[in-house]
Amino acid sequence: MSEQRFSGTDRYVATEDLTTAVNAAVTLGRPILIKGEPGTGKTQLAEEIARGLERPLLQWHVKSTTKAQQGLYEYDAVARLRDSQLGDERVHDISNYIVKGPMWEAFEQDTQPVLLIDEIDKADIEFPNDLLRELDQMEFYVYETHQTVVAKHRPIIVITSNNEKELPDAFLRRCFFHYIRFPDKETMLDIVEVHFPGLKKELLNEALNAFYELREVPGLKKKPSTSELLDWLKLLLAEDIPPEVLSSDDRRKTLPPMHGALLKNEQDVHLFERLIFLNERNAR
Amino acid sequence: MLLSFFFLLREGGLKVSISEYLTLLELLEKRVIQFDVEQFYYLSRACLVKDESLYDRFDRVFSAHFKGVEDLFGPDGADIPDEWLRKQVELGLSEEEKAQIEAMGGWEKLMETLKKRLEEQQERHQGGSKWIGTGGTSPFGAYGYNPEGIRIGQAGSRHRRAVKVWDKREFRNLDDSLELGTRNLKVALRRLRRFARQGAADELDLPDTIDSTAKNAGMLDIKMVPERHNATKVLLFLDIGGSMDDHVRVCEELFSAASSEFKHLEYFYFHNCIYEGLWMDNLRRHSVRIPTMDVLHKYSADYKLIMVGDATMSPYEIQHPGGSVEHWNEEAGATWMKRLLDTYAKAIWLNPEPVQRWQYTPSIQMLSQLMQQRMYPLTVNGLEQGMRELS
Repeated sequence: MSEQRFSGTDRYVATEDLTTAVNAAVTLGRPILIKGEPGTGKTQLAEEIARGLERPLLQWHVKSTTKAQQGLYEYDAVARLRDSQLGDERVHDISNYIVKGPMWEAFEQDTQPVLLIDEIDKADIEFPNDLLRELDQMEFYVYETHQTVVAKHRPIIVITSNNEKELPDAFLRRCFFHYIRFPDKETMLDIVEVHFPGLKKELLNEALNAFYELREVPGLKKKPSTSELLDWLKLLLAEDIPPEVLSSDDRRKTLPPMHGALLKNEQDVHLFERLIFLNERNAR
Repeated sequence: MLLSFFFLLREGGLKVSISEYLTLLELLEKRVIQFDVEQFYYLSRACLVKDESLYDRFDRVFSAHFKGVEDLFGPDGADIPDEWLRKQVELGLSEEEKAQIEAMGGWEKLMETLKKRLEEQQERHQGGSKWIGTGGTSPFGAYGYNPEGIRIGQAGSRHRRAVKVWDKREFRNLDDSLELGTRNLKVALRRLRRFARQGAADELDLPDTIDSTAKNAGMLDIKMVPERHNATKVLLFLDIGGSMDDHVRVCEELFSAASSEFKHLEYFYFHNCIYEGLWMDNLRRHSVRIPTMDVLHKYSADYKLIMVGDATMSPYEIQHPGGSVEHWNEEAGATWMKRLLDTYAKAIWLNPEPVQRWQYTPSIQMLSQLMQQRMYPLTVNGLEQGMRELS
C-alpha cells in the first residue's frame, strides 16, 4: 500500500474531485478512466502523476488499428519464417521473436510504474473487452513460450477517452471514472498562474474574458480549450501585446490578435467574422 | 447507511454493481479520504458512476440520501451564532458598505431581520429574492447579487462555497441516456453498420501468400488485405415538441440505442418540419440555434441521414413560407427538405405513427413523397427496411 498521495504538481492544477479519484486508483491499484473535452489535460495527467509520485511512465498510444494483444506482446512470425529460410541460428528459440508490448514492460518494472493507455476509444469496440483479465488480475499468458507474466507491482493505469465510442460495462466496472469538466474562471486563473507566473493582471483578465466570450459563440466547430488558451497567452506575451487591444469594445469590431491559436479551422474564423460584421451593422 | 444508499442508487436507475460497492467499502476502510462529506461524494462518484451523462442522476440521489448529513460537518445549519456572523460580515465589508448598512438602519436591524427570516424559513433554499439560501438576490445567503448581503457559509467554509457540489447539478445537460429495453432497436440498428474495406493492410491473405510464395520459387512473399472496420457516419434529426410528445419516449429509445453503434453520430432537434434552424440542446432551443446551412456544409455527403418525426402537421407548414407554427420562416419547409435530400443521398424518415393512419394524413403523404417513399414506421420491422435502404 502506498502512502504517497497525488495532489497536483508545480505545473498541473488538479481539482479536489480529480485528486480524490486518482488517489483511490493509486491506493487500490486499479485503472482510472479519464474523459473530458479535448485539451483539458487528460494525457498530461498521467505524466504529472508519474512526476508527482516519482514513478516511471510508460505510454501506449492507441490508434484505430491497435489490437489489445499488441499491448501485451507480439509474435513476429514473418521474421522467423525469413530467418528459417536464411538458416539463421536464432530461429530455434521462439522467444527471440516475441516483442514485448507496453503492458508487459509495465509489469516488469521494479517500482510501481504509471501506464498511460491513451485514447482507448479510438480502437475497435472489442478492444477494451480483450483487456479485462489483464487489467483485473494484472497477469497474462504467453502461448508461444508457455509462460505467465505477472505484474511485480500493480501499475497505476491511466486510461483516457474522447467519448467517440461507448465503452463496455464490464470494462467500466473495473475502472474508476473521472470526467474533467472545463475549468471555471477561478481554476483557469490558477492554471494560467502555474504556466505563466507573474503575468500582467490586466492582460490576463482581458485575455480570459475574450477567451470565455469566444467559447460562448454558438456553432463553433471546435471550441478553444485550455491548451489553446495557454498557447495563445504565450503568443500574446511574445508579441508584447498591450491589454487595451483585447478590451471588449475592440473585440466586437475585430478578431482577437493571434486568433489562429484559438480558432483552428477556417469555418470557425468565417463564422466569427460574420458575427463581427453583424455586430457592426447592428451598431450603426 | 451505505447499503441503503446503494439500493437507492439502483432504484434511481444507476446500474451500480456489487463489485463496485465493495470497492467503495474497501477504499473507505483504507482511509483514502478524511471525514469529509465532499470528499466522500467525489470518491463514491469515481467509484460508482462510469459515465458523465449519469452524473446528474447520481447528484440527485446523493442529495436525497445525504440531506441533512452535511450539517454534521460544517456550520451550515440554522443555529449560527450571532457573533460569528457579525465578525464575518465586518471582515468582508468596506468602509462605504458599512456606511450603507448604517443608512439601512444599522447593523442591529439587519441582524434582526435575519433572525426573523431564519425563524420563518423551514427548509434549505436556492434562488428567489427573500429567503436565506444561495444564488438569489436576498441580502442573506451566498453567491447573491445584493451588495449589502450577508454571506452565509460561503467565505467561512473550507471550500469557499455554500452550495453543495451535488446540489449544483452541473451535469444535468449531459444526461442523454435512456436505457428502456433498447434491445430490439439495437438489433435493427446494427444492420446499419457497413463494413467498408478500407484502412491499413494488416490481415494476412493466406491464399494469395501461398500463390505468390510459390511463384517466387519458395521465397516467402507475404500478402496482406485491408481489415474490415466500422465506418458508418450518421446524422440523426429528431422531431420534438407538439404532436410528437406522445412519441418522444420511442424516439429516445431509438436515440440511446443508436449512440453506441456508429463511428460518428450527430444529432439535432427540429420541430415538425425542417427550416433554417436546428438545435442540439432542447433546453436552450430558443437561444442557441444552429443554421441548417451550417449543418449541410459541416457534415459531408457520405453521412447518412435519419429523420424521426410523426410528420403530422398542417400542410402549410411544409408548402408555404411563413407556415411554421413557431416562427416566421423565409423559405418553405419543402425547400429545406429538398436541400437536405440533395446533399445526403442516403436518407430515410422514420415515423412513429401507425402505418394505417398514414393515408388519412395529408402532411405524411406529402413528406413521404418528398422523401421519395423512403418513409418507414418506427418498429423493428420498419427499421430493418430503413437500414436496408441506407446501406
